[in-house]
Amino acid sequence: MVSRDAGTGTGGATHTQPAEDALKLAEDVVARALKAGATEAEGLVMGEDSALTRFANSEIHQNVAETSHTVNLRFVAGRRIAVLSTGRTDPDGLKTLVQRAAAIARTCEELEDWAGLPAPDGRPKPVQAWSASTAAATPEFRAEGVRAVIAAADDAGVIAYGSFSTGVDTIAVANSAGIRAAEQRTSSQLITVHMSPGGGNGYAEAVAMDATTIDAAALGREAASKARASDNAISLPPGDYPVVLEEYAVVDITDMLGYLGFSALAVQEERSFVEPGKRIGSDLVTVVDDGANPLGLPMGFDYEGVPKQRVVMVERGICRNVVYDSQTAARDGVKSTGHGLPAPNPYGPFPLNTVMSAGTTTREDLIGGLEHGLLVTRFHYTNPVHPKLAIITGMTRDGTFLVEGGKITGPVRNLRYTQSYLDALAGVTAVGSSRKTIKGFLGGAVVPAVRIDAWTFTGATEH
Amino acid sequence: MKDLTDRALDTAAQLGATYADVRVVRRREESIAVKTGRVEGVAMGESEGFGLRVLVDGAWGFAASDRLELAEADRIGALAVRIAKASATALRRPVVLDDRPPANGTFETPIEEDPFEVPLDRKIGDLVAADRAASNVKGIVFTESTYAAMREWKTFAATDGSFTEQTITHVGAGLEANAIEGDEHQRRSYPDAGGGFQAAGYEYIRKLALGAHAEAYAEEAVALLTAPQCEPGRRTIVLDPSQLYLQVHESCGHPTELDRVFGTEASYAGTSFLTTDKLDDGFRYGSDQITIVADATAAGGMGTFGWDDEGVAAQAVPLVKEGIFVGYLSSRETAPRIGRRSGGAMRADGWNRIPLIRMTNVNLLPVPGMSLDEIVADTDDGLYLASNRSWSIDDRRLNFQFATEVAYEIKGGKKGRLFKNPTYTGITYEFWRSCDAVGDESSFVMLGTPNCGKGEPGQTAHVGHAVPGARFRNVQVGVGKW
Repeated sequence: MVSRDAGTGTGGATHTQPAEDALKLAEDVVARALKAGATEAEGLVMGEDSALTRFANSEIHQNVAETSHTVNLRFVAGRRIAVLSTGRTDPDGLKTLVQRAAAIARTCEELEDWAGLPAPDGRPKPVQAWSASTAAATPEFRAEGVRAVIAAADDAGVIAYGSFSTGVDTIAVANSAGIRAAEQRTSSQLITVHMSPGGGNGYAEAVAMDATTIDAAALGREAASKARASDNAISLPPGDYPVVLEEYAVVDITDMLGYLGFSALAVQEERSFVEPGKRIGSDLVTVVDDGANPLGLPMGFDYEGVPKQRVVMVERGICRNVVYDSQTAARDGVKSTGHGLPAPNPYGPFPLNTVMSAGTTTREDLIGGLEHGLLVTRFHYTNPVHPKLAIITGMTRDGTFLVEGGKITGPVRNLRYTQSYLDALAGVTAVGSSRKTIKGFLGGAVVPAVRIDAWTFTGATEH
Repeated sequence: MKDLTDRALDTAAQLGATYADVRVVRRREESIAVKTGRVEGVAMGESEGFGLRVLVDGAWGFAASDRLELAEADRIGALAVRIAKASATALRRPVVLDDRPPANGTFETPIEEDPFEVPLDRKIGDLVAADRAASNVKGIVFTESTYAAMREWKTFAATDGSFTEQTITHVGAGLEANAIEGDEHQRRSYPDAGGGFQAAGYEYIRKLALGAHAEAYAEEAVALLTAPQCEPGRRTIVLDPSQLYLQVHESCGHPTELDRVFGTEASYAGTSFLTTDKLDDGFRYGSDQITIVADATAAGGMGTFGWDDEGVAAQAVPLVKEGIFVGYLSSRETAPRIGRRSGGAMRADGWNRIPLIRMTNVNLLPVPGMSLDEIVADTDDGLYLASNRSWSIDDRRLNFQFATEVAYEIKGGKKGRLFKNPTYTGITYEFWRSCDAVGDESSFVMLGTPNCGKGEPGQTAHVGHAVPGARFRNVQVGVGKW
């Protein structure tokens, strides 16, 4: 584990404005817009103070830091809406922003079913989203973590690749209907791929609000051990195999289903597979979106300032609810669940804090339950082939193993799959008793490993 | 501006940087989104800031800020140097840059009609009219039409005396029509999935003529609902430029990025099968029909510029010549490791990202002899695949699988009935070696993508691909269970 003290000094201080100042700026933008003739207005201020130390070939090769601010104005004139953003927060910059927004809004067509900006509905429930240690993280702190990963690789005779990031996000939302929300969130992530001279690869990842809880050396050992274990992989013919998917792979299933199906807009546009009450998974599968879950990367409210609700998406295999922003909620005559993205947002709301319930099966028993199957560390470059059937293609990567008689018998070369993720959920026969927090493409997710009775591999590659 | 760049470079040098470069970037963006005949969003954005890259003790540091102030240049200079010194604590191969003459001058994308000067109501009107022409077709559930324009003003300065100023303009537009019935969801897009994009002005949007194509594409989406499934088998396929450009992107563009070859993207995007021994050995990448060039000077390409983001002049770099692998996309740091000069492919996504090796315009050159229509006429039995729907390729860029929106049967040299849900898969070099016909100039068209992802933190690049159509033999189609 890297030192508990994340460091001090100019390299670690936060340079974005405090949440209160960001909220004042959002309020200022709203006031300016109303003065310029807006009938409604929303100011969204996003600040970022982030850094990332990247390593390859067991050395740091890229090392970056940035400070940025964005002001987003949703200017509403009746039912005509314009959205403008700027990085300028000085009075002249804001004046230009509002003037342009007013001019554009006048040009826009009316949005017939515009339901208005969201109004406050109770006070946002505060969530613990901040770690002072992460906010203070220095370049030296990240380098220390990287050196620990590299040391583990050196010990195993493998080469380390990866990144260690730390950051502070400041979000503030104000609107003319009375929404006032501001929050600072911290996050950190360490990922590493280790490559062995024997051709093996291994992967490990940790995501945390508090960077000092990430055990870099342990991650290095995990990836190194797997890289060594996957040396000299053999080819396996494509076909249907039972699988155990590690947490790093499971996050792709939960993210992809959230992306394709559990957005209210996807349902309204008839492109979702979700129907309330429809069975899409085995009894062992329960998936919620929970912005308050401390194991993930908590968020108290969405980009419209609406408090995040806990939404049960799949309960013991049955579809329950989808997530809403204010516009999709109005169309369905319900309340927003607090899953809006920054306007304009033609993509609709998304679950950004997915949590899959743990099961009762240990890792050993997950693998032990495979008579003849594969253990998959993670997936690579996945993409929907048929969104409504949730048929996805992708590759395995960084450690794929043959399991026979409940024991790992050796590594196999990477395989391509073309698989319905709905069929996969329906085929879940065991769920891991422990979970990991992983950063998927929709945000921080908390997921267990799973065992699935059949997975369709459709091709192979040379490594 | 020069005050700021000088201050940042001087601060870095005083604190120990042996080399530094700084980019000040202002970006203006405008977008319109129309869904099923109504305007869903009109957005404009502006962003500006500067990013400073420094080399200290052979190690890199980079810091960026959106505050264009001299005091902030001092802070960023000190921070970048501190970061570089932290990098040096885990360094095994000190960075050595190739030599290049200092870059000086200006560059501007040639445009005929400034997209930011075209009245907004006209742009909205053009897009809404096209979208409604598609959404009015019976059986269409929803349509999406988009327009986007981006302009970037970029100043580059380096401690070697380089100072360049560039103004780059990109525009794009497209429409897609979605037909849904039960579990079947079919889509057709014009001119290409995600839209057509070029380095150009609004004249390009006019040439696209979305409205003139909307109805036909929407009708085809509806027809696909009842079309037969594309069955598995090994087939001859002819790829339309709207699919072939992405095949080039994924299976030639990315694997020829020299940073991937050296492992510096290994933990995220992956590495490459095109290792440097294959360059020395004259590896056969494709058939003798295949010549691919990374050309940062190509007209209309989104990878066209005056200088890359480390001050190397735009150039055309051969990657594959008559099937033989001959070159890489490279940088000042990577090229010397294979005894070459930088090919000028370092590009950064805005002011707050470091330059990475990116595609410029990776173009498959046409082959005189047969037009695309003549290639179809020359094909007895095959499939004609158009418009990408899905893409995936392994972390060394070998095993790929693509889905397209549509397949047309080719029988006796004629395009006939539709097949739905077509997919094809293969191994990169086997696939390119199976190409027996590349179209001539008549189908050669500049396409590209504005969302090529790479790097950590993530970067999105606008890249160009000029391609004709081409034919491939004995390709596995119809993958998976449906």
